Amino acid sequence: MNVLISLLLVAGLFAVGMFGPGVTPAWVFAVALPYAAVTLFVVGLAIRVMGWAGVPVPFRIPTTCGQQKSLPWIRQQRLENPSRKIHVLGRMALEILFFRSLARNTRTELRKDRGLVYGTDLSLWAGAMAMHWALAVVLLRHLRLFTEPVPAFVTFTEKLDGFLEIGLPVINVSSVVFLCALLYLLYRRLAHAHVRYISLPEDYFALFLLLGIAGSGIWMRHLSHTDIAGVKELAISLVHFSPTVPVGIEPLFYGHLFLVCVLLVYFPLGKLAHAPGVFLSPTRNMANNNRAVRYVNPWDYPVKVHTYEEYEDEFREKMIAAGLPVDEE
Amino acid sequence: MTSRSRIALGLGVFFLLGAYPVWNGLASSADPERPELARAVDSAGATGCIEDTTWMKANHQKLLNEWRTSVVRDGQRTWVSSTGTSWDMSLTGTCLKCHANTETFCTRCHDYADVQPTCWNCHVVPEGGQSEGGQSHE
Repeated sequence: MNVLISLLLVAGLFAVGMFGPGVTPAWVFAVALPYAAVTLFVVGLAIRVMGWAGVPVPFRIPTTCGQQKSLPWIRQQRLENPSRKIHVLGRMALEILFFRSLARNTRTELRKDRGLVYGTDLSLWAGAMAMHWALAVVLLRHLRLFTEPVPAFVTFTEKLDGFLEIGLPVINVSSVVFLCALLYLLYRRLAHAHVRYISLPEDYFALFLLLGIAGSGIWMRHLSHTDIAGVKELAISLVHFSPTVPVGIEPLFYGHLFLVCVLLVYFPLGKLAHAPGVFLSPTRNMANNNRAVRYVNPWDYPVKVHTYEEYEDEFREKMIAAGLPVDEE
Repeated sequence: MTSRSRIALGLGVFFLLGAYPVWNGLASSADPERPELARAVDSAGATGCIEDTTWMKANHQKLLNEWRTSVVRDGQRTWVSSTGTSWDMSLTGTCLKCHANTETFCTRCHDYADVQPTCWNCHVVPEGGQSEGGQSHE
C-alpha cells in the first residue's frame, strides 16, 4: 500500500509535468516553477538547518567504538574514539564521503546447525555508495547545460563517464550505476520483510522520485531524443535571469524538469535532509575528551545558590538561641 | 565563533557552490544564446533536408550512426526517408553537399552542447569547413 501510494504520487506528478505545459502558458512550467522550486529549496534548507543549529547539545555524546586515548603506550583508535579536532575531521570525512557507519551493518540469521549467527552485510553500504557517487557525477555532468563556455572539468567528467563509448549518444557509466543502485535500494525495501515492515510511504516516494528523474533523463538521452541546444538555451537563460522559452522542447523534458522541481521543494522537508544532517550528528562530530576539556552545557543558566555560610549568617542568633551548633560564633 | 555561526557559514558556502552556474555566467562574456547555424547552401539543386528540421535537430546523430553501420558493415548505401525519397548514405556526399561549412554548422552547436562527435576521426573535413578538433593529434 505504501509502495502503491508513492508510485501513484510520483506517476501523477510526472504526468502533471508532461501534460501541464500543454495547457498553461509556456513560462509556468519552464520559468516560474523552477525559480519557485529553487527559492523554496534554499529557504527551506536554511530554515531546517538553522533550526537544528539552534538546538543546544547538553552533553558531549560521541559514540565510541575503539580504544580511548589513555596511557602513552596504549595505542588509541583515533577514528573510532577521536580525542582531538583533527581526528574528528577524519572521522567526519570518512562518514560523509564513504558512509562508514553503513559498513557496520550486520545481518543475523537463525541457522539450524549453528544457532544465531551474525555476519557483516555490506550490500546497503555498496548500494548507497553507488547511488550517491553516481548522483554526484550526474549532477556534475549537468553543468554543461548551465555554463557557456563549458568548463574543462565538466567536459573531462563527461569524457571519463562515457569512456565505454557504447551507443550514440554514448551511455554514461554513472547513468547505469545510478539506475541500478536505485533499483537495488528499492528491491531491498520490497524484498526483505523486516525492511518492508519499517518502510513508510516517504521512503518509497524518495526512491520513486529519483527513479522517475533518472528514468526520464536516460529515456530522453538514449531513446526519444530532444533538441539539446534548446534545453541548454532554457537552462542557461534561467541562471542568467533572462528567461527565454525555446519552442519545440519535448514534453518528456518538462516531465523530467517538473520532477526535479518537486525534488528541490521536497528535499528540505523530508528524509533527504540527511544530507546537511550528517554534518550535524553530535555522536560523530564531537571529540571524546570529556575528562581533558570541560564541556559546558549551553542550557546551564546561573543557578541562585544559598550556601551554608550564608544560611548561618542569616539565622545565627536564632540558631544559638535554639541551642543549635554553629560553625562561627 | 559559536557553532551556530559556523553552521550558517557552512550553509552559506554550500549555497555559494551550488550557485556556481550563476556567478560563472556573470563572470563569463560568452554569448549564452544558442548559436546561429549557417543556412544550408544548396549547390546541386537538392530540395530541403532529408528529414524535417525538428526531427534532424534531435535525431541526426542516431541517423548518422545507423548510416555508418549500414555502409561500413552491410555495404548498403541507399536510405529512404519518411517521405519516400531515396538518398545516398554519405556524410560527405549527401550532408556536407549542402551543409558545407562544418565550422558554422556542426561545430558551433556541438561546442554549445559540449558534444564531441567522432565523425572527423575518419572523415576529412571538406575545404571551407574547419576541424572539430581531435584531429590535430592524429
